[in-house]
Amino acid sequence: MYEIRLFEETLYEIYLKEPMPGAMHQCTGQEACAVGICENLNGDDYVTSTHRGHGHYLAKEGDLNKLMAEMYAKETGCCHGMGGSLHVADFSVGMLGATGIVGAGIPISAGAGLSIKLRKTKQVVVCFFGDGASNQGAFHEGINLASIWKLPVIFVCENNLYGVSTHITSVITVKNVADRASAYGIPGIVVDGNDVLAVYEVAQEAINRAREGKGPTLIECKTYRHRGHSRFDPAIYQPKEEKEEWFKNDPILHFKRYLVDKKIASEDEIKTIEKEVVAAMEEAVRFAKSSPDPAPDSAARYTYVQEDIIL
Amino acid sequence: MRSLTYLEAIREGLLQEIKRDKKVFMLGEDIGHFGGPFKVTQGFLEEFGQKRIIDTPICESGFIGFAVGAALFGLRPVVEIQFFDFVACGFNQIVNYAAKCKYRWGANVPLVIRGPMGAGNRAGPFHSQSEEIWFGHTPGLKVVMPATPYDAKGLIKAAIRDNDPVIYFEHKNLYRRIRGEVPEEDYIVPIGKAKVVQEGKDITIVTYGAMLHKVLEVIKEKELADISCEVVDLRTIYPLDTETIINSVKKTSRLLTVHEDSKTFGPAGEITQRVCEYAFDYLSAPPVRATSIDTPIPQSPTLEDRYLPSNTDIKKAIRKILDY
Repeated sequence: MYEIRLFEETLYEIYLKEPMPGAMHQCTGQEACAVGICENLNGDDYVTSTHRGHGHYLAKEGDLNKLMAEMYAKETGCCHGMGGSLHVADFSVGMLGATGIVGAGIPISAGAGLSIKLRKTKQVVVCFFGDGASNQGAFHEGINLASIWKLPVIFVCENNLYGVSTHITSVITVKNVADRASAYGIPGIVVDGNDVLAVYEVAQEAINRAREGKGPTLIECKTYRHRGHSRFDPAIYQPKEEKEEWFKNDPILHFKRYLVDKKIASEDEIKTIEKEVVAAMEEAVRFAKSSPDPAPDSAARYTYVQEDIIL
Repeated sequence: MRSLTYLEAIREGLLQEIKRDKKVFMLGEDIGHFGGPFKVTQGFLEEFGQKRIIDTPICESGFIGFAVGAALFGLRPVVEIQFFDFVACGFNQIVNYAAKCKYRWGANVPLVIRGPMGAGNRAGPFHSQSEEIWFGHTPGLKVVMPATPYDAKGLIKAAIRDNDPVIYFEHKNLYRRIRGEVPEEDYIVPIGKAKVVQEGKDITIVTYGAMLHKVLEVIKEKELADISCEVVDLRTIYPLDTETIINSVKKTSRLLTVHEDSKTFGPAGEITQRVCEYAFDYLSAPPVRATSIDTPIPQSPTLEDRYLPSNTDIKKAIRKILDY
């Protein structure tokens, strides 16, 4: 979680100071959702992500250096600079990609689930999406498909209360996004998305269920983003009191306190871990900055499997 | 006369139309308090209230269909697509409904779908595309893309008053970069009329949108000082103003088309074909096009610069035609 937090905060500091291409949608404050879910996954399980995908990528054990390099749109980035922040993916670790189209990953995850079913493996797919995506047609279509064919997909709604600036209460009439699970005859579970252990527990059950062939579950993680929708958004629509309340329930502070109180780790041990992460982050920035830009003529290289078609 | 930015001109056109006609209302994602990502509609909600300025859930298919329904029954909706790339999620409602209600049922659909399009912002494959030909190829729709503040205001007003569905493209790189004279009073720029922006005798350069500004910049370069370029700004993609293009080519005998959209099956193909059909005998060189390449739009600055037609590409194309 600290790695994700530090990644987002490092990026924030960088793009305030120096040019960095493209928009950034950061998941600061939402780290426990990605980590609590993905800690249950095996290397060959799949994750589909959202436009806010850095945390999903890291939680699925994507390479930190390659992620940072992608932010700088470098050749060494996880997508060779083709997609940037909005499109991070690494199929080698089962991270099937972030997307700039809200809700688009939902049917994709069902399709990945079908491939698992037909190949008869015990893999699962976790499909992350936001509260805003739950109003897209793709949400209904994708979850319905996964439900009728009992596909091994865990739908995880990271409800951070806002679709860009629009508060969730003005765009849905049910109390919870998870309430919509009843329309598909699948379990719908609400969990404190800032409590990594609580997320871990509900995810474990849903993932076991999926591995056993019992079909999908819809988990709603109630959480909050600490920064704007994107780097260009100062989030003035988030009321001060609401912000303060959620900031108190910071998932990282919360978990640190838990570890110390339960004597699982000492303050010093936590500091040591944090120092290691800081060093890795510095190395990632160094790696990214010193990496080459993609060669201009490589613009056409990935359009088709054959490489001789363009121009 | 006053000078406004491209964005201010669009805002003024929208504001005047909302005030002029009670049937006009706007809907889209985050257009209310937030004012949209580029702040085109900032302050609209406070001025006109929630009945006229509607924040929708994220559901393009839903709210475009909703707007078609409202348009069929007496209202004049103006839909904002937050980034025009997202319009793909609402494609069915546009190409099967909005475009075909008149043909199937004789029913008018006075609908405007507008929003930011275009590349150059390092925004990657889902926030940079040129979508004009998706709709230019669908009979029943009108497609406009203003390049100047004057045309931006005049065309948004024409689009809102039109009884057919109009797709109105705003190039996001022009919003605050381009200023120009815009009368405060009411006027429209007719849909379907191109404009000769600069007269010349050696070559006709047909272009539109952000590329107009690039072309005007390129032809001022010293290396081209000996060439007299006539520049035609299409302003409307469909219906295409064939007459203005043909008259210009008859005069100059040469054609270059420049657009930001990718090459294959892009507007340049259609424009060139019309010139071949109606003015072939006047041509003294084969027509050429300078466009983006046939790939998605990469995020990396070096790749995006390679993707887009560069000043050098345009200059080379002009030389190629002249040297034929």
